[in-house]
Amino acid sequence: MLLPLELRRLTYEANGKRVIDSLDLKLEKPGITVIMGPNGAGKSVLLRLIHGLIAPTSGEILWAGQPLDRELALRQAMVFQKPVLLRRSAAANIWHALGLRGIDRSERAIRVDGALRLAGLEGQAAMPARVLSGGEQQRLCLARALSLEPDVLFLDEPTASVDPASTLAIERLLIEAQHGGIKIIVVTHDVGQARRLAQDVVFLHHGRIIEYGLAKRFFAEPQSEAARCFLAGGLVL
Amino acid sequence: MTELTEAFQTALRLIATLDPKLLGIVLLSLKVSLTAVAIASLIGFALGGALAVYRFPGRGALAAIVNALMGLPPVVAGLFVYLLLSNTGPLGVLQLLYTPTAMIIAQVVIVTPIVGALTRQACEDLLEEYDEQLRSLGASSTAIILTLLWDGRYRLITAVLAGFGRAIAEVGAVMIVGGNIDHVTRTMTTAIALETSKGNIALALALGIVLLVIAFAVNALLMSVRRFALRFAYA
Repeated sequence: MLLPLELRRLTYEANGKRVIDSLDLKLEKPGITVIMGPNGAGKSVLLRLIHGLIAPTSGEILWAGQPLDRELALRQAMVFQKPVLLRRSAAANIWHALGLRGIDRSERAIRVDGALRLAGLEGQAAMPARVLSGGEQQRLCLARALSLEPDVLFLDEPTASVDPASTLAIERLLIEAQHGGIKIIVVTHDVGQARRLAQDVVFLHHGRIIEYGLAKRFFAEPQSEAARCFLAGGLVL
Repeated sequence: MTELTEAFQTALRLIATLDPKLLGIVLLSLKVSLTAVAIASLIGFALGGALAVYRFPGRGALAAIVNALMGLPPVVAGLFVYLLLSNTGPLGVLQLLYTPTAMIIAQVVIVTPIVGALTRQACEDLLEEYDEQLRSLGASSTAIILTLLWDGRYRLITAVLAGFGRAIAEVGAVMIVGGNIDHVTRTMTTAIALETSKGNIALALALGIVLLVIAFAVNALLMSVRRFALRFAYA
């Protein structure tokens, strides 16, 4: 298992600005962790730092005490806000991702089938992935990520521009995946979605963690002014 | 005027009856240019992909040089290859001058920068969209290049067609390194130049018409590849 995830004095600076400001965090429990906060809080940057897509300016990211290396990175997967699919069929996209992991052909065929069924896209296996609707594309991206059988799954505003039916399908997949033992870290600004999914919540503002705790408590009794304002739908400056 | 019309009619007859001399020249042109484009494309794809994906010092300068070489005048390319292959040149031992092989080499020099620069541009554009996702999926740099090349296949086909259009139409390089030797190194372009200066208008016209048809066909193919790609969201 890759947990606990520890962030120690994590800092990221860009263009002279401190986007992530000396963060300390320890995620020990499995399940779905939601990272919330107003726009510009640094949520997407934080996700990318943890996943290893960008390098921190200083600080440490440790998985069960180990820094991120290639082997650990291959046990993670990420779904982005805008679905990124190659110019080939839906099935071929999943096939390609599995190929990158070196999964052998017979196993690949099984997983591609499974992934398409999970996404509810068996009928569209041969369609060019990029002509699918936004919701279908995102379901495909999630199914692709899950087909890699990751230990940790990151999602950056996965349903921001997705229709409600697909949003529901995606949330169901995430809850199922979590039951399967995958650690899920989701960035969302949708409070309703956070309430539906979160086991624990990280509330980020100006690159700092303002609050971290169990979801039930966070939503019932937010400790900080910023969180209270945010949950009430106000603008947090 | 009637001389011209006569020449024109003769030209059409030469084409319609697949005159063996005409055919021989056309086939040699196609053989040289198609071979050169095939080789140049393999080099160009690798070069373009590598330039787009790898980060190394001097990358920007190299990309700029490849871009600039797109404008390399064919006759200068021919001169350069001539100097390489001539008896006093470094590769003189190979005795390749005045052979179709020399012509292929010269056209590879001309076409590689075209395919390379267009490939690099296509890959860079794709990378803007794909970079994070591919790295998240754990793709190595080589895997990324191969993915981009396949995904950009329609733009790459366009680049290859552009390269072919340049190769089949150029005169200077094949003239200098080939020598326009009858039956050996006489291509459509060099033959048109020769036959026109000899006053053999009919054959020159016939070759000109064939060359024109090929050039238009390549262009039409290019357009339909683009349209096809857009229609199926492959562009």
